[in-house]
Formats: sequence, structure tokens, C-alpha cells
Amino acid sequence: MAKPITYYLRTDKMPHIWCEGCGHGIVLSAVLRAVDSLGLDKDDVCVVSGIGCASRAPGYLDFDTLHTTHGRALAFATGIKTMKPNLNVLVLTGDGDLAAIGGNHLIHAARRNINLTTICFNNSIYGMTSGQYSPMTPTGKMATTAPYGHIEEPFDLCELVFSAGASFVARGTCYHANPLSKLIAKAIAVNGFSFVEAISQCPTYYGRRNKMRDALVMLDWQKEHAVTKRAASRLSPEELKDKFIIGELGTRTRPEYTERYESIIKAATKETDDNV
Amino acid sequence: MQNKAGIGTRTKLMQGNEACALGAIAAGVRFFAGYPITPSTEIAEDLSALLPRVGGKFIQMEDEIASISAVIGASLTGTKSLTATSGPGFSLKQESIGFAAIAEIPCVIVNVMRVGPSTGVPTAPSQADVMQARWGTHGDHPVVVLCPSSVAETYTLIIEAFNISEKWRIPVVFLMDEGIGHMREKIEIPNSDELKIIDRVRPVCNPNDYLPFDADKGDGTVPPMADFGTGYRYHLTGLTHDKTGFPTTQRPEVDALIRRLNSKMDKAKQEVTFIDEVLMDDADIVVFAYGISARAGARAVREARESGISAGLLKTKTLWPFPDEYVEEIASQVKAIIVPEMNMGQLVLEVERAVKGRTKVISLTRVDAEPISPDEILSALKGV
Ligand SMILES: Cc1ncc(C[n+]2csc(CCOP(=O)(O)OP(=O)(O)O)c2C)c(N)n1
Ligand code: SF4
Repeated sequence: MAKPITYYLRTDKMPHIWCEGCGHGIVLSAVLRAVDSLGLDKDDVCVVSGIGCASRAPGYLDFDTLHTTHGRALAFATGIKTMKPNLNVLVLTGDGDLAAIGGNHLIHAARRNINLTTICFNNSIYGMTSGQYSPMTPTGKMATTAPYGHIEEPFDLCELVFSAGASFVARGTCYHANPLSKLIAKAIAVNGFSFVEAISQCPTYYGRRNKMRDALVMLDWQKEHAVTKRAASRLSPEELKDKFIIGELGTRTRPEYTERYESIIKAATKETDDNV
Repeated sequence: MQNKAGIGTRTKLMQGNEACALGAIAAGVRFFAGYPITPSTEIAEDLSALLPRVGGKFIQMEDEIASISAVIGASLTGTKSLTATSGPGFSLKQESIGFAAIAEIPCVIVNVMRVGPSTGVPTAPSQADVMQARWGTHGDHPVVVLCPSSVAETYTLIIEAFNISEKWRIPVVFLMDEGIGHMREKIEIPNSDELKIIDRVRPVCNPNDYLPFDADKGDGTVPPMADFGTGYRYHLTGLTHDKTGFPTTQRPEVDALIRRLNSKMDKAKQEVTFIDEVLMDDADIVVFAYGISARAGARAVREARESGISAGLLKTKTLWPFPDEYVEEIASQVKAIIVPEMNMGQLVLEVERAVKGRTKVISLTRVDAEPISPDEILSALKGV
């Protein structure tokens, strides 16, 4: 039976800092509904974040929550998970936090296949610092530091994380909030590094500057541009050009890091016992 | 007799870095994260073998920032956690050291000093990170800095480092140097029941009543700390925060937090000041030294005595908080204080500040990657 979302919130810490129309609240509620659907005890969940608007989410959650330094959430989370493997450790992060300053930690956490679930609130921009381009800003778009239009190409984060070794990668959007929540639930249930890219919107600093006047227009954009894998298979490369694929994009079974470490402990303690 | 970690009372010949690793295990360390760098690497190598034998865990992270971050995360689970590095890696760790200071998460950072700046001389000793250890991260923050001068001292002092870190919920920097790290000396490993081990104070209240940053119920300085995953469900942030741990920019709350955090330096000072006095009873010229330079200081003082100079040595193992009252008191009893350091003159600035002009302070510096020799100190003693 579903609990009300407020059960998982520190409602006394509201109102939150997010702007009207910000997509981050939608992503956060998808996370909480996923936690609820799995029936996880609040005491067994730990949420870690970096710095940015997205990374402010943990403060509002009634779990053990850790708001760290810019880009390093996965490294902090690695320490927690390694010493308390039974905790469900979720990392909530922005596209700048995760893919720019934290990019190295991302690929290495995926490579280790440590059982952490990372949810990237991807709004294609640095929201907290008021609109500079991020590694996820599409080519040609405007940002305060790209006043002539952005000349770099963004990552395909799901592809990156899967190639680095993750067990599960998926993409969803704020518009498709229910499927997003289901993807997050699947990710949490995976025993290994799991990653969900949640396409979010920042009307304040990305929308306005890029001719999308409010959140509704941006959500519409998500609806128009997201295609499922199945739908994508029926589209020509030309038709797919400005689309992105949502849903489960990769799963594999690989040994998980903290479980592997247990075998080291077994081997090392056996060796010591033999020597005593 | 050996216990599982291979520790027990016995005499052993070992390197400073090995003593650091073994001392850490004895202190109760069960997590280490690091990134290889000369001349600290042996600490990581030794702990990768030792930790799993006692049920602990070792991880080599992708860089030094990740290492200190993982250490802080592990500490939050209630695990005593260590990282070790050297100059360039110590620079990288600074931001997260500040996080440990403001979020009050116990951890110990070993910096085996080598010649800098930048890559400098990776394989030679130096003492040039004394100021960085105190002020490397931005903002007013508390940090205790200890510095051993022998292999045996490394073993016992790293245990103190953890005791201080746990008790005061403060990051402790353990400044070794290439000389001490790689030097081989005989050490007497104490029996584990002879050691005083301190663990952080955990809350006993009902989780609903837990205010993670309320120090008022305790000694007014250090609030009890709950382990993650034990039902206390609280928030930690690097932003200035109120007693619940939630961010605040309210001026009185910001003021109270910054002042309380920094008050740890004064309140802990006496307890964390470790100074050995050698031939100090009737000394009228004093060598004030630390780390590898204190070894040369000890020999110089003995030789000076042979030529009739009343020299004494103050070997401080605590660099920060600087023992200023102690030095001030000595200042009024002696003709001069000589401060030999393998840097351009860093701790001598603190000595001068503490002495307040009461006696002559002589700075002896060496920056050619060679340790200061007893002869250099001896001639300074003779020159007074
Ligand atoms: C070391 C460091 N560098 C820069 C910053 C400034 N900063 C804060 S948030 C941020 C970007 C956040 O963007 P993102 O992760 O995409 O999250 P959003 O705010 O868009 O949700 C930056 C650059 C910082 N806090 N720390
Ligand atoms: S600035 Fe953008 S990302 Fe930040 S809260 Fe406002 S809308 Fe959301």
C-alpha cells in the first residue's frame, strides 16, 4: 500500500528552494515513489548529493542524508556503501555536478560496479550558478557563458556510464513521471551500479534563454522529443536526429564491488588464522 | 603473541610508513582510501594487506579528492577512517578537509612531506607543508596537526591522532616526512591492552529528539555523533547549518557555528599538546624543533653540552594548535630560541608570535632537499 509522499519528507524544512516550474521536484517525487514501491524502511536508505539545485534535494528527505562538495557525491557514497553494504545508498546529482567536476568519479564508480543508484537531474545547464553551460548543454543552445551559442557536443550519459561498466542504465523525463519512477525503482533493485538520467527542466535559466517561455513549454518539448526504444526502431536516422531515447537502455550482470571485497576478507582472515 | 592483525608486544625493525599503518590498525582504523604517491605509498600498500585481516576495508580510489571523500563517507558509518598522501595529493584533498571540519566528521589525513611546490623533489624530505596543514582549506576552520620524529613515535602518535579526531570530531593532519616515512628503526610495539583508545561519543537519546549539531547538552563544544544507518536519520551539509543540520544563513546561527567549531582549537589545546623536553632543566639556549629536524636538534644539544653550552631541546609533536602559552613561558627563561626547519621558516613565525619579543628567535632554514645537520644547529648554538 502506497504511503503518502509526505511520509518521506522533512516537511518542517519546506518551503524548498526550487523555482516555480523547476523539474527537480518532479524527479524527486519519482524517487520517493520508487522507494515506496520497494517498501524500503526509511532507516535503511541513505541519500548523498553534491552541489547544485538538484543536490539540495536530500535536505528535504527523511533519511540519513549527506550534502557534500561539488562533484564528489559518488566518492562519499562509495565510503558509506563500502562500510555499510546493507544500506540502500542513492546519489542525487545534477548534470554539472555529475558529468563535469564529478565525471571521473562517475566512470570509476560504474567500473567498480559498486551497488549505488545514481539519479542525474539533467536540466542541460548549471542552475544554481544561474545558467552557465554544462557538459549536457546541447550544441547551439544559449547559456550565460555561451552568449554566441554553445559549440561543444554533450555526452550521451547513459552510453558513457554503461560503457564504463554499470549494471543498469535508463533514461526518463519529468513529463513521463510515472515511467521514470518505475525506472528508478528498477535501478534501486539492481545489485550493482545503476544509473538513471532524468531529463528535468530549468525554466529560469535554460528555458527563457532558449525560447521556451515556461515549464509547460519545456515539458511539451520533453514529450515531443522523447521516444521509446521501440518507437525509435521505426524511425529513420533523419527522424531520430533531434530525439532522445527513454526507457531501460542497458542491463548486465556483473560481480558487485562490496560483495567481491567480502571474498578478500575471507581470504585474508583465513591466511592469518593459518599463520597463528 | 600476535593477534589477527599481526600486532602484539614485540620488537621489530620497520619503516615509519609501516609503523603508521600498524599504529592505525591499533587505533581501530577499519577503512582506508588513498591514491599512490611517493613517499607515502607504503602506507596504502601495507593497509591493503592488513585491513582485510581485521575485517576492515581498503580501496584505491581514482584520485586524492575521491580518497578523502570516501574516508569521510566511511567515517559517517562509525568507522575510523584514514587516508595518506604527499604534497600534490595533500593539495587536492583540501576542499574536503574543510567539509570534515564544518560537518564535524572525524578523520585522519597523513601527509608524508616531500619537497614542493608542485612536483618538487618527490623522493626527498621537507617540512614545507606546515602552514598548508593549518590553513590549506578555505575559511576559518579547526584542524589539529601532529608531527612524529621517529618510527616509534609514528606508531604511538597516529593513535593519538585518532583519539583526538574522534573526541573532538575534527580532522587531524598527521605530518610525516620522507625521512621518517622511509627510515628503518627498531620499535617496541605495545600490547593492545596498554593503549588508550578513544571512540566518538554517540547519542543515546530517542532519535526523534536528536539534534545533530546541538552541543549544549554535552560540553558545549562537541555534539554526539550518530552513525548512518542506525535510525537517527539526520542531515549533514557543508553549508553553514543550524542545530538540526539544515542549512542556514541567519547571521546569529552562522556566527555561533563558526565560533563553536573554532573554539575546539583552544579547548583542545592543552590536551593535544605533546612536547618532549630534553636537557631543559637549566637550559638557557633552546632548540625548538619538530619532525626530522628534532633528531638533529637532539644531537646538537648533546654536543653543545659537551662544549659547556647549556642547551636544551623542545621537541614538539603538536604543530597546531600552536602551543603559544607554553613557548611564551619558556621565552622568559632563556637567552635564545633556535628554530631549525626544512622550509623557508614557517613555524618560526608562530614562535616569534608567542615569544612577543621576550627573547631572541633564530630561524635556521634548509631547502636543498637534505635534512638539517646537527653541525648546523651546533654552530648556531655556539653563535648565540
Ligand atoms: C568546487 C566548486 N566549484 C564550483 C562551484 C559552484 N557551483 C555550484 S553549483 C554548480 C553547478 C551546478 O549545476 P548542476 O549540477 O547541473 O545542478 P543544477 O543547479 O542545474 O541543478 C557550480 C558550478 C562549487 N560550489 N564548488
Ligand atoms: S534555477 Fe533552475 S534548476 Fe535551479 S531551482 Fe530554479 S529552475 Fe530549478
